[in-house]
Amino acid sequence: MSDARSQRPGLYYPKMRNTWWLSRPGYVRFMIREATSVFIAIFLIEFLVLVHAVAQGPDAYAAVVGRLASPGWIVFNVIALVFALYHTVTWFMLTGVVQVVRLGDQRVPPGLIVAGAFAAWVVVSLFLLYWIVVRS
Amino acid sequence: MARSNEPFWWILFSGGGVVAAFLVPVHLVVFALAVPLGWVSLSHAKLAALLGQPIVRLYLFVLIALPLFHWAHRFRFLLEDLGLHGLRMPLAVLCYGSAIVGTVATLWVLLSV
Repeated sequence: MSDARSQRPGLYYPKMRNTWWLSRPGYVRFMIREATSVFIAIFLIEFLVLVHAVAQGPDAYAAVVGRLASPGWIVFNVIALVFALYHTVTWFMLTGVVQVVRLGDQRVPPGLIVAGAFAAWVVVSLFLLYWIVVRS
Repeated sequence: MARSNEPFWWILFSGGGVVAAFLVPVHLVVFALAVPLGWVSLSHAKLAALLGQPIVRLYLFVLIALPLFHWAHRFRFLLEDLGLHGLRMPLAVLCYGSAIVGTVATLWVLLSV
């Protein structure tokens, strides 16, 4: 990676306090957005354990589902869901800014791209919900 | 200019971000809340049949592994932002290394089905 941070003599390195991100609401939101990844990663490990249990057999599956039903895990997963949704919302908002879509020589307005992403998300989620819970 | 490996990690980061944004909420609701709380019942036989399909295993690999690299990238800079500037290289190795370990574990689980 880039060596911008390696301390070379004669260069100026601003001293920032470790609580800099508390100084503005926008900075706090930024840090929350970064922290969403931790909850998502923990859920995915949890999910992997569940997949493994399904592969092991009915008893292992029932045991893992039973463990996930404990109040501690339910509380954690509700929080994780809030963070996951925060990631989804911020990611889609970002998409509108980052992703430039052109139709002919016109640029599609960012708001439309964001709306499209949300619409696609709803469709994908409902499809998966239907496919996992009802159809399969 | 020296070649950087940054684009490689960046692609994994953004790919993981997209996968997490689109797919994680619905799986979290179904498997971490609805099933444990008994809102819906997914029998083992049904899930085992799903897992038996190669396309589902491929899907699960993408669903689990890519966001781990997204986590690695964000968590690394989160720690740096919290003041651990001096540990830049060890943090990178630790974070991306953990994501790689997670990916191998995912492969192992999915291939041993």
